[in-house]
Amino acid sequence: MTQVRFYGDPVPGFTESYLPGKLIVVEGTDGVGRSTQIALLQEWLEGRGFAVAATGLRRSDLASKGIDRAKQGHTLSEAVLFLFYATDLADRLEKQIIPALRAGMVVLTDRYIYSMIVRAQVRGSDAQWIRKVLGFALIPDAIFYLEADLQHLIPRVLSEQGGFDYWESGMDYLKGRNLFRNYVRYQTRLLAQFDAIAEEFGFRRIDANRSIREIFGELRREVGAVVTPMKKQGAVARADANPLAEIAAE
Amino acid sequence: MGSAFRPFDTTVRICYNQPSPKGKVKHMSKALRRVHYPGKLIIVEGIDGSGKSTQLDLLHKWLMSENYLVAFSEWNSSPLVRRITKVGKKKKSLTPLSFSLIHAADFMDRLERQIIPALEAGAIVLADRYVYTAFARDVARGVTPEWVRDVYSNALQPTLPIYFRVPLEESLKRILVGRPELKYYEAGLDLHLAGDPYESFKLFQTRILEQYDSIVEEFGLSVIDATQPLVKQQDQMRALVKPYLDGALKISPRAWRDVLTEESLLGRYLEEIGANKPAENGDDK
Repeated sequence: MTQVRFYGDPVPGFTESYLPGKLIVVEGTDGVGRSTQIALLQEWLEGRGFAVAATGLRRSDLASKGIDRAKQGHTLSEAVLFLFYATDLADRLEKQIIPALRAGMVVLTDRYIYSMIVRAQVRGSDAQWIRKVLGFALIPDAIFYLEADLQHLIPRVLSEQGGFDYWESGMDYLKGRNLFRNYVRYQTRLLAQFDAIAEEFGFRRIDANRSIREIFGELRREVGAVVTPMKKQGAVARADANPLAEIAAE
Repeated sequence: MGSAFRPFDTTVRICYNQPSPKGKVKHMSKALRRVHYPGKLIIVEGIDGSGKSTQLDLLHKWLMSENYLVAFSEWNSSPLVRRITKVGKKKKSLTPLSFSLIHAADFMDRLERQIIPALEAGAIVLADRYVYTAFARDVARGVTPEWVRDVYSNALQPTLPIYFRVPLEESLKRILVGRPELKYYEAGLDLHLAGDPYESFKLFQTRILEQYDSIVEEFGLSVIDATQPLVKQQDQMRALVKPYLDGALKISPRAWRDVLTEESLLGRYLEEIGANKPAENGDDK
């Protein structure tokens, strides 16, 4: 963070104008390989001496269980589910992300507010309301959008996830019971919405139709450019706690 | 909300993702419209110890005795959401921001599952605390007034919002009698205003009271002086409510009674099915 900025009003009680760490978001639809790339990036960054914190949607202590329970029962409306996700994000932002940035760490987050916005917009929620509620979100240093076509996504989802997921197919709101057809319809709409908000939020598009290796190659260059200034500023929290990473870096 | 939130109007919802009659959710730009419900929404507000719940309870019983169809909804009572709130409170892990958001989730859940369906059915819905509680409390905790109003911007405008005004000293006297143990968030201990729970509670309540004062102005809440005798407050409350009862839906909760009289029956087997119990209706407290 060179300068700390929020999309709306800052997190209540937050007063700093500078945080030494970097917040890097990896966005993209289901099955595009976000978690794989983050795992690779984390190892690579640690090997270069950066302390890394990885986080992702629905990983807060506070709200993750509630979201899972709600999804099992399919009992919550879209607005309530959105507020659950917002609570989850607020909790992680205040308890994980900001403290890590304060300590000079590189924070890699698997999805951020953009997935929430896209999901809500596809389901017809009030786009302005969603943005206002999420105004407490810290503006990241970089947002990498892994962009892949449906033709490339489908084989990955089938081979790696073992099939189409109920929620990833929009079964909660689309008509009909055909999982594959709904998957195609839902993911097509998600991709269109990601595309529609890419400019508004300044996504850096990464062509994710390529191999894992090629995607990682590009991400590594881009992420490297984001984190390199940290070393010059002496703001890096060294990953000293991880001697293996140091050896790997040699 | 601002000017769209006029008091004493028919219940109106600024609606953005209301399903169309066929059940299809439409995009906001097409579906943005005002929806009127046949029911009435009467809500009470006030700080802890203002006696608002007691007064609402008395009103509830009176309306029931008059055979009105009444539904009741209470702040922070949605089962799914309450679990999270409970854990967060127990671990003391809620921040002003997550505290505000999780209560908004609770409100939205109750709005969509209890309040709106009952209003659509034509009931008188009584709510113990409403969005103004969030406006007062969350701002006292440090979120901005604009943001919390945005969060609740799709709430319903109540038919009649009533505020029970009580000086801090009076409410403290009522609550702190017997030195009860104050809970962490209830006392506002998360704000570190004071180490002592009682001192913290006083400072926190002072802040909330200040917020309520401006909310009463901003949204035109009807004010009842909560230092008056209970009976007098209830009289005033009923006087406020009466103009809205015209045409409100009535039920005949014990219609079997007429049959018994006409047919000279004793109702022996009605007792077995529990129909003969003293009148107690849709109260889900």
